[in-house]
Amino acid sequence: MELASAQVIGAGLAAIGVGAAAAGVGIVFGSFLQGALRNPAAADGQQGRLFIGFAAAELLGLMAFAVAMIILYAR
Amino acid sequence: MAAETKIDPMHQFQIDPIFGQLGPNNPFAFTNSSLWMLVLLALITGFMVMGMRRELVPGRWQVAAEGLVGFMNSMVESSIGPQGRTYLPWIFTAFIFILFANFVGAMPFAVVPGAHPFTVTSQFTVTGAMSIISFAIVLGVGFWKHGLHFFSLFVPKDTPFLLKLLITPVEFISFAVRPFSLGLRPFVAMFAGHILLDVFGNFVVQGINSGTAAGYGVSTLAFFFVVFVNALELLVGAIQAYVFALLTSLYIGDAVNLH
Repeated sequence: MELASAQVIGAGLAAIGVGAAAAGVGIVFGSFLQGALRNPAAADGQQGRLFIGFAAAELLGLMAFAVAMIILYAR
Repeated sequence: MAAETKIDPMHQFQIDPIFGQLGPNNPFAFTNSSLWMLVLLALITGFMVMGMRRELVPGRWQVAAEGLVGFMNSMVESSIGPQGRTYLPWIFTAFIFILFANFVGAMPFAVVPGAHPFTVTSQFTVTGAMSIISFAIVLGVGFWKHGLHFFSLFVPKDTPFLLKLLITPVEFISFAVRPFSLGLRPFVAMFAGHILLDVFGNFVVQGINSGTAAGYGVSTLAFFFVVFVNALELLVGAIQAYVFALLTSLYIGDAVNLH
């Protein structure tokens, strides 16, 4: 297999991780909404934790993206 | 069919010297990145000066500036504690710089030919340097306040000894990765968003160039997608600036309070 084709395939495979991070971010916000709708009074105090969870989940997807870019543009 | 044009989404991140020449012997030059940093400086200074006129009845600018500062202040106080205001200058600076850089970079100035906005936060050197400053503050404050006792940050309290043996290296690795992840997050968010915008913007042009009905359909779809992604980019830019400030204040809070 040529290097260029292998690079494109590898980058595509690495991009799967971005979808996994999308599921993670969805779980973070979904769970927050579930809790927040049960006790709306306590929801505002937890926004910092919400964004920490969001940041942690998103970071892993961004890592997958960075890996995909490194594979795609490496020579 | 139009001529095959290759989409080059990386071109927009290129650093071009405006004055001077970049070279192996000459690493300093006035580049488009520096130009847009100066634009950001002017915008932020204007925003804050307009908001700091201390009118008795606050105008719109004053409410906006006071709202931003108050928002950061309450966040810092809730995550560091009552002495957190000491660290507010750096955290607010980082927040407003990333916020303005992300927003200015997403502005469609390119309708004026030649006026391409450059997103300075799409370069890892910029966000990486900011996360290094954040971590210099964390380490400096930690060692200055607690001395070598600062290393107890890695040892969880009230845990069995065997578990401590296991968790301490994990905590250390997690701490060592933090500066990297802190700088990587705003950079990759902007980088990925602008690549997406560039690729779909190219779809619009190439669809029109093809001159077929299907091409026009693709152009229309891609155009609405670009508008949607631009709106998303504004949201992501604000969230990334907030997350950078929040994580910086949390890390400083860890170093100040040691559990």
